Amino acid sequence: MPAENANHPAARQLDWDTLILGIGNVLWADEGFGVRCVETLNERYRFASSVCVMDGGTQGIFLLPWVRSSRRLLIFDAIDFGLLPGTLKLIVGDDVPTYMGVKKVSMHQAGFQEVLSSAQLSGEFPDEIALVGVQPELLDDYGGSLTPTVKQQIGPALGLARQVLDRWKVEITARTDSLGTGERIGPDALAIRDYENGHPRLTGAGE
Amino acid sequence: MSKTVTANGFALDDAGQRIVVDPICRIEGHLRIEVNVDENNTIRNAVSTGNMWRGLEIILKGRDPRDAWAFTERICGVCTGVHALASCRAVEDALDIEIPRNANSIRNLMMLAQYTQDHLVHFYHLHALDWVDVVSALKADPVATSALQQSLSPWPKSSPGYFRDVQNRIRRFVESGQLGPFANAYWGSPAYKLPPEANLMAVTHYLEALDFQKEIVKIHTIFGGRNPHPNWLVGGMPCSINVNETGAVGAINMAWLNQVSDIINKSITFVDQVYIPDLKAIASFYKDWTYGGGLSGKNVMAYGEFPAIANNYTNESWMLPNGAILNGDLSTVHDVDPRDPEQVREFVTHSWYEYPDPDAGLHPWDGVTEPRFELGPNAKGTKTNIEALDEGAKYSWLKAPRWRGHAMEVGPLARYLVAYARGQEDIKMQVDGLLSDLGLPITALFSTLGRTAARGLECSWAAHKMRTVFDDMMANIKAGDVATANMQKWEPDTWPDDTKGVGFGEAPRGALGHWIHIRDTKIANYQAVVPTTWNASPRDPEGNIGAYEAALLGTPMADPEQPLEILRTIHSFDPCLACATHVISPDGQELARVKIR
Repeated sequence: MPAENANHPAARQLDWDTLILGIGNVLWADEGFGVRCVETLNERYRFASSVCVMDGGTQGIFLLPWVRSSRRLLIFDAIDFGLLPGTLKLIVGDDVPTYMGVKKVSMHQAGFQEVLSSAQLSGEFPDEIALVGVQPELLDDYGGSLTPTVKQQIGPALGLARQVLDRWKVEITARTDSLGTGERIGPDALAIRDYENGHPRLTGAGE
Repeated sequence: MSKTVTANGFALDDAGQRIVVDPICRIEGHLRIEVNVDENNTIRNAVSTGNMWRGLEIILKGRDPRDAWAFTERICGVCTGVHALASCRAVEDALDIEIPRNANSIRNLMMLAQYTQDHLVHFYHLHALDWVDVVSALKADPVATSALQQSLSPWPKSSPGYFRDVQNRIRRFVESGQLGPFANAYWGSPAYKLPPEANLMAVTHYLEALDFQKEIVKIHTIFGGRNPHPNWLVGGMPCSINVNETGAVGAINMAWLNQVSDIINKSITFVDQVYIPDLKAIASFYKDWTYGGGLSGKNVMAYGEFPAIANNYTNESWMLPNGAILNGDLSTVHDVDPRDPEQVREFVTHSWYEYPDPDAGLHPWDGVTEPRFELGPNAKGTKTNIEALDEGAKYSWLKAPRWRGHAMEVGPLARYLVAYARGQEDIKMQVDGLLSDLGLPITALFSTLGRTAARGLECSWAAHKMRTVFDDMMANIKAGDVATANMQKWEPDTWPDDTKGVGFGEAPRGALGHWIHIRDTKIANYQAVVPTTWNASPRDPEGNIGAYEAALLGTPMADPEQPLEILRTIHSFDPCLACATHVISPDGQELARVKIR
C-alpha cells in the first residue's frame, strides 16, 4: 500500500489485522445496535492503521473475506439472550459462534454464524474473537431508530469493547476533534443524527 | 379449485398432499413455498409467498433524493450496489443529470465485479450443494480426482497430494461434528448423481472460491472507498483518480489501478479454468434432470445493463440488451420501456395490499403501498401461525408485477435468452458452445439447469468484460479526462419543482427498477420493483402464475419430507442469502429443517 494514499478511506480497509465489526440493519430499530456502536466508536476514538472499524450491515457470507483476514475480531450485535431489554453481554472466544446462532434475532445472524464456520473450514480463523451483544427491545419498526433503552447502552457497550481491546493490546486514543471528510464508517445520511432528524412520519406503517 | 388451467397455460391441481417449505428470513426474498403433490409425489400446484413487508416508500418519503441510494442499499442484505446504482440513475433521470464517461466506466466495473462475485458465490456456496454430495467426496480417490481435474482444464491446483490434503481437511471438519456450511443438507440422497471424484473436485473448488472471494471484493473497496457498502454519488462516482506520480492525496493511484487490473486477470482465469469446467462436468451428470423450466420457455424479460455509452440507457448502448420474449417466440423480441404506464404494472389482487380499484394494475410512478393483511377463507391456522395459505385470496407480501399483463421470468437466463434472440454474437457463441459440448438442444436451457448454466456463462462474460471496460477507462484517463462526477445540478435550487425519474438495469438476480417522484426537492413517492418480486410473484387477477410457481410444476420429488428438488429449482433463481427454512407438514408439525440460501 503506497504510503501517500494512507488518507484514502479505502486504505484503511486493505491493510489491517484487527477488525471491529458492527452488524445488523439500521432500518430495523434495535437491529441497528451493532452498526450504531461502531459508528460511535469511530466518532470517539482514533485507531492505529492496523485496525479496521467496519459497518458490516447484514451482508452474511459476503463478510467472510474480512473475517478471514482478521487476526482479532470484535463484533457488536443485537442478540436474543432471553434477558431484559437493554442487557449487555460480553462473550469471548469459542462461545461466540454458539451465541451467534442459538436464538436468532434476525436472518443476518444465521448468515454470520455460517461466516464463522466457513472461516474455520477455510483454515483462516481469528486468533482472538469477542462479541458485545445487547438484548433488543423492538425490531418491528421498519425505518425506525434504536429504542431509548438500547440506545443508552451504546456507551457501556463501548466500555466493554475497550476492556477487550486493552486485553488485546490494541491502541486506542480518544478523539479531540470531530470526524473529517471520508472518516465516517457509512454515508452521512445514515449517521444516527441525520437518520433520526430525517425520519419521516410512519403513517400507514404496520397493520 | 381442484383442477384448473391458468391463463398462462399451466395445469394446476390442489387435490393432493400439501407440503410447506417456510424460510424464515428478514432480508430480501423472505420466501415461503407451498406445493401440492399427487400420488406419485409430483408437484401439481405451487404457491410462492414473500412473507415480509418492507415499506421502503414510507422510509424514503420526505427525504433528500440525493440520499436515497444509501437507504436503498440497506433494504436488502446482499445486493447493496445494485440498489444504489438504480437509485442514482433514477435521481439523475429525474433531474436530467449527465454523468462523466469515467463514472460510467467505474459503475460498470463495480457492477461487473458484483456479477462475477455474486455468480461465483451463488454457484459454489449457495447452489452447488444441491448437486454435490460432500460426504461422497470423502470416498474419492485423490489420484483419480487429479486425473479428472487435469482432463478438464489447465488449472494448476490438480495434484493427487493437493486433493488428498483437501479431503483430509474436510474429513477432520466433518468428524469434529461442526458441519457448518455443510449442515442441513441431504447427504447420501439418491438424487445426488456425481461420482465421488467429481464431488471431491467440486468441494475443493468450493474452498478455492472462498479464497478467491477475498481478492475480488477489493475492486469495490478501491472504487467505492469502503466495503461492504461502497460509496455512490448522484452525478457520478465519489472517487478521484490520479495516474501521475505526484498530485492529489486520497485519489485512486496507479498502484491501485494495477491491483484492479491484476484482480481482473485472476478473475478471468478462475472462472474459465475452474467454474466453467465444473459447471459442464456437473451438468453432464444431470442431463436427465430436465425440470424447472416454468416461464423460461415462455415469457422472459430484461431491462438491459452495462451502458457502453455514458447516459445512454437504450439498446444502442447496453452490452446486455433490453427486451421481452413472449410465448417462447425467439424470433420476436419486444422493447421494454419502464416509463410506459401500459408496460410495467403491479397488481395486488393476491397481495396483502389495498388499491382503490382492487383488480387494477398500477405503474410504479403511481404506485400505492397500503398494507391489508388478511387470510382467505380456505387458509389453515391463524394470522400469526399460518399452516396453509389460501392462494385463491390474498397470500403474499409481494405485489405481482406484470409486463403488458404477462408474468415474466427475469435473471441471467432471461438476459441470455433475450441477447441470444437478438442475435448478439458474443452471447450466441458462448451458448452454442456450451450446448454443443454437452450435446443438448437450445430447449434444454428452459430448465433449472439452464438457469444455472446461464449464470455461469454470464460470470465468464462479466469477468472478460471487466478487462475491456478497464482498458477503455485507462485509455480515457491517459488521454487527460479524469472527471468522475458532474456536480452542476447538485444544489436543489437548480431542480424543477415537480419531476419524475426511473433508474433501471439488471441486478445479478434480474431486472431491477426504481421509480422516484420528487416534489419541492424532497421525495414524494419511491417505488422499487426488485427481481425477486418478478420471479416469486403471486398470481394476478387473470390467474397468471409467476416464475417460481410455474417452475416447480411437474417436478417429481423423491421424498416430500426432503424437498431437495424444490430447493434446486428455487435456488437456481438465486433467492436471498442464508434463509433458514422449515418444512412443516399440513398439521403444523415440523418435519425437517432445511436451508434455502
